[in-house]
Amino acid sequence: MTQGSVITDEMRKAVGVESEPTVVLIEKEPIRRFAEAIGDPNPVYSDEEYAKKLGYRSVIAPPGFHPEYSFPIKRGRVSGPSFRPPFTRNLNGGNEYEFFQPIQAGDVLSITNRLGDIYERDGRMGKMLFTIREVVFRNQKGEMVLIMRHTGISY
Amino acid sequence: MADQRYWEDIQVGAAVPPLQKNATPRQLVMWAGASGDYYEIHYNQDFALKNMLPGIIIHGALKGSWLGQMLSDWVGDRGRIKKYGVSYRGMDVPGDNITGKGTVTKKYVDGKDHVVEAEIWLENGKGEKTTPGTAVVVFPSRSK
Repeated sequence: MTQGSVITDEMRKAVGVESEPTVVLIEKEPIRRFAEAIGDPNPVYSDEEYAKKLGYRSVIAPPGFHPEYSFPIKRGRVSGPSFRPPFTRNLNGGNEYEFFQPIQAGDVLSITNRLGDIYERDGRMGKMLFTIREVVFRNQKGEMVLIMRHTGISY
Repeated sequence: MADQRYWEDIQVGAAVPPLQKNATPRQLVMWAGASGDYYEIHYNQDFALKNMLPGIIIHGALKGSWLGQMLSDWVGDRGRIKKYGVSYRGMDVPGDNITGKGTVTKKYVDGKDHVVEAEIWLENGKGEKTTPGTAVVVFPSRSK
């Protein structure tokens, strides 16, 4: 037997509502630390002179860099309806990255996010809730830098 | 860095140069600090077991970044990644030999871009594809 839906009207109302921007200054050291955690020795992430020879202003960030986790200049609040997830256990279901230009040290990024979709499935470990979050990164000139889509699974 | 590859050199069906990884628990802690993802299933064995997991598991986003590293190495300094996405279908654990792989599925010219598309994935030590995905990348062309 399938249990009742865990998706409430409150959750449905949260879909599509854009957050206020979180503003992050991109610095060299967190980029270097991130590349080291991946185990990626590419000098374009750590050697400013090398990056400049390739035409960048400073070092660039590796793919997957998550500046929204950095200590922000300003933390944007989620505007509109929010909800408590019905489960406490979480897994990362997937990530998608669409790159418009590299993130460079010195950039000041405005990051907004919205819940793109929410759905549920019956899985091995019982009912599972899937949330698709879309995170949009723009630079100091208002240009699109990166769109990240994240699938979260709660169970 | 390896020598630059060009779009003309890439054949449909060819393999993306593989990337080998074997994460220690220490690397997962480094990743937690660098990414800000401090969820305990990645470094606290008791917590992971209570969450119905086999033990501590590798962060999905770290696995995704390994595939990003494989793609960046492949396209070189003069190429770029337009888009890639991965699904974390199977859990991966520290100590296992994990390999990033890929196969070219398409190549075409789109405006100024010399584009290549590929299936990409991570395989665990048993050869199971735990992390499948797709990528769209741009290589420099010899013709300009």
